[in-house]
Amino acid sequence: MTRQLYEFNGGVHPEQHKHASTTRPIAIAPLPKLLVVPLRQHIGQPTKPVVAVGEQVLKGQMIGRAEGYVSVAVHAPTSGTVTAIASHAVAHPSGLADECITITPDGLDRWVEHGALDYRNMDPSHLRNQLRELGIAGLGGAVFPSFIKLNPGAVQKVPTLILNGAECEPWITCDDMIMRERAAEILSGAAVMRHMLHSDEVLVGIEDNKPEAIAAMQAAASQCDFAVEVVAVPTLYPGGGAKQLIKTLTGKEVPSGGRSTDIGVATFNVGTAYALHRAVNHGEPLISRIVTITGNVHRPQNFEVLIGTSFTELARLTGATRDDTSGYVMGGPMMGIDLAGSEVPVVKATNCILVKSPALFPPPPLAMPCIRCTRCAQACPADLQPQELYWFARAKNFGKTQEYKLFDCIECGACTYVCPSHIPLVQYYRYAKSEIWAKEKDKKAADLARERHEFRQLRLEREKQERAAKLAQKASTKLTEASAGSPDDAASAVKKAAIQAAIERAKEKKEGIIPRNIENLPPEKLQEIAEIEARRARIRAMAQDSVEK
Amino acid sequence: MSGLAVFLGAALGFAAVRFKVQEDPIVEKIDAILPQTQCGQCGFPGCKPYAQAIANGDADINQCPPGGEDGIHKLAELLGVEFKPLNAEHGEPKPKSVALIDENICIGCTLCIQACPVDAILGAAKQMHTIIAHECTGCELCVAPCPVDCISMVPIAEDVATWKWKYPVVKLKVAR
Repeated sequence: MTRQLYEFNGGVHPEQHKHASTTRPIAIAPLPKLLVVPLRQHIGQPTKPVVAVGEQVLKGQMIGRAEGYVSVAVHAPTSGTVTAIASHAVAHPSGLADECITITPDGLDRWVEHGALDYRNMDPSHLRNQLRELGIAGLGGAVFPSFIKLNPGAVQKVPTLILNGAECEPWITCDDMIMRERAAEILSGAAVMRHMLHSDEVLVGIEDNKPEAIAAMQAAASQCDFAVEVVAVPTLYPGGGAKQLIKTLTGKEVPSGGRSTDIGVATFNVGTAYALHRAVNHGEPLISRIVTITGNVHRPQNFEVLIGTSFTELARLTGATRDDTSGYVMGGPMMGIDLAGSEVPVVKATNCILVKSPALFPPPPLAMPCIRCTRCAQACPADLQPQELYWFARAKNFGKTQEYKLFDCIECGACTYVCPSHIPLVQYYRYAKSEIWAKEKDKKAADLARERHEFRQLRLEREKQERAAKLAQKASTKLTEASAGSPDDAASAVKKAAIQAAIERAKEKKEGIIPRNIENLPPEKLQEIAEIEARRARIRAMAQDSVEK
Repeated sequence: MSGLAVFLGAALGFAAVRFKVQEDPIVEKIDAILPQTQCGQCGFPGCKPYAQAIANGDADINQCPPGGEDGIHKLAELLGVEFKPLNAEHGEPKPKSVALIDENICIGCTLCIQACPVDAILGAAKQMHTIIAHECTGCELCVAPCPVDCISMVPIAEDVATWKWKYPVVKLKVAR
């Protein structure tokens, strides 16, 4: 029985160049002299280092703890000493440095204590948490934390599980080789996924240019204790895009802005399934991956590489670097990123190191104006209007780009590939996307500032009112105390008595001052006093008279 | 006929009252465009008062340096007026920065805390103060009050997370 397949819009047929790196089996790359492990390897928040410089670490020991929800841990790829936690050049289109942990291997490769997980009898949430701690993230390119995708959510079930082995991008063969050599392990990882998502069917989509991989997966599927359908899909770039593969295999389309789980489908790269197998059945964190080293090298080949190994060191494994090497690309020629230098470490996202030379990758011809031929629209696998998006992005009319569903663009480069004017269309889309993201971020920051400012105003106003109310309260209590007083208060009685005494004294004074200490005075002095007293009495009487009149 | 006219008129009048749409006040719309730095460079004590002043016609749209040309364009579009370049009296646009307290020099006077419009400084009297960087708007209002000059403005460096794809500069082939 052959499965009914569906077609997605557009797609292109770039030259394959896959043979170059499939003639040799996967080799284990030797232990490098230095491993540089970036703390930010996945979508979402970077990890927080949990080791210190000078500390001895064991292989598989967690060195960066997951921070925030969308994040997974990073681990020491081998045993050794942490020699630096600092900025180091990383594989990023900006060429900027990022925080990395440098480990100098001790050569003993001693493992940290680890063991298999009994996933069938584990609490699902605990199991997902374990996968987060083991650093499992999607190895197809987006590096999205797998534990989030392995959560069936409110619906409790994702009926269709798809393993993505399409590997549509030219030159890259890491998925092809892992399927050829480790098919049973991949399906063992799929068993864990199937268990976690309660899936009914398991499909493996492989492009029909990989007959060996299809045969190997079919052989493994026949040994499997659950039904696995290995489906050969037509070779058409970008048939390995998650949305495109879902369309090809099921005929369903992921809604714009939605996720595949919305239509009951989960898609994982075959490499992720293998990593999940290592994690669950052996307890090993994600510390290595298969990397294709190809292009302008003597012996293109796939290697199992420790995360943190430098690109230069790996390129050396394929023979001495050729003289006409003009640069390095992480990923393939369609979607890969050009690197500023090759002294960057392999990360979880590194599926391929493509060494460039002017002969293999001649510089693109000079661009000519857009003639609105709409060849790009015919090639677009996301059913977009790339020519319109181009005009709007070029004019910085970001609102319009969003109306034309810029964020459904998967940046596959099919439009750029077919453009007869050689316009680097995807560059415009990337520019528009990052501008929109930055604006969104600024807006969030402004909203936070507004909220905090308004709260501060409110608080200051409240404090002012509270102070005023306190003062008013104090003043009124003083007033009432003064007017009413309290009669049985002993202190106030004493006060009253004193006041009374003073009044009496004043009265006495008023009535007349009686001269004192006059007993021993001579008679003439007494006479003088009497005269003064008489004068006083007269004055007092006169004053009394004037008051009474 | 006239009866129908009266009825329809009444129905429309009722509908106008009953289904009245609460229009978003213009002040809110202007405030939403302003960058919320609360720096006061416009001459008003915050973004909302400036928005109010623009709405009342007391202020021009080109007085906000942190909003830059982009902000003026948006305001011009919203208000249906001509774009005009930033008024240099109110300052020049600067790269986005955050304040940084040199904690060795800080004497814990709380003057900066009182100056911060968004409560982004943490500290208490005679205790060392520190800036909550992700809440700092870079308004510089804390710099002047500091009696020991321990606050400096540090431009935010571009890193892997904040890096943006640049506008493509494409060489065009010249037709002859």
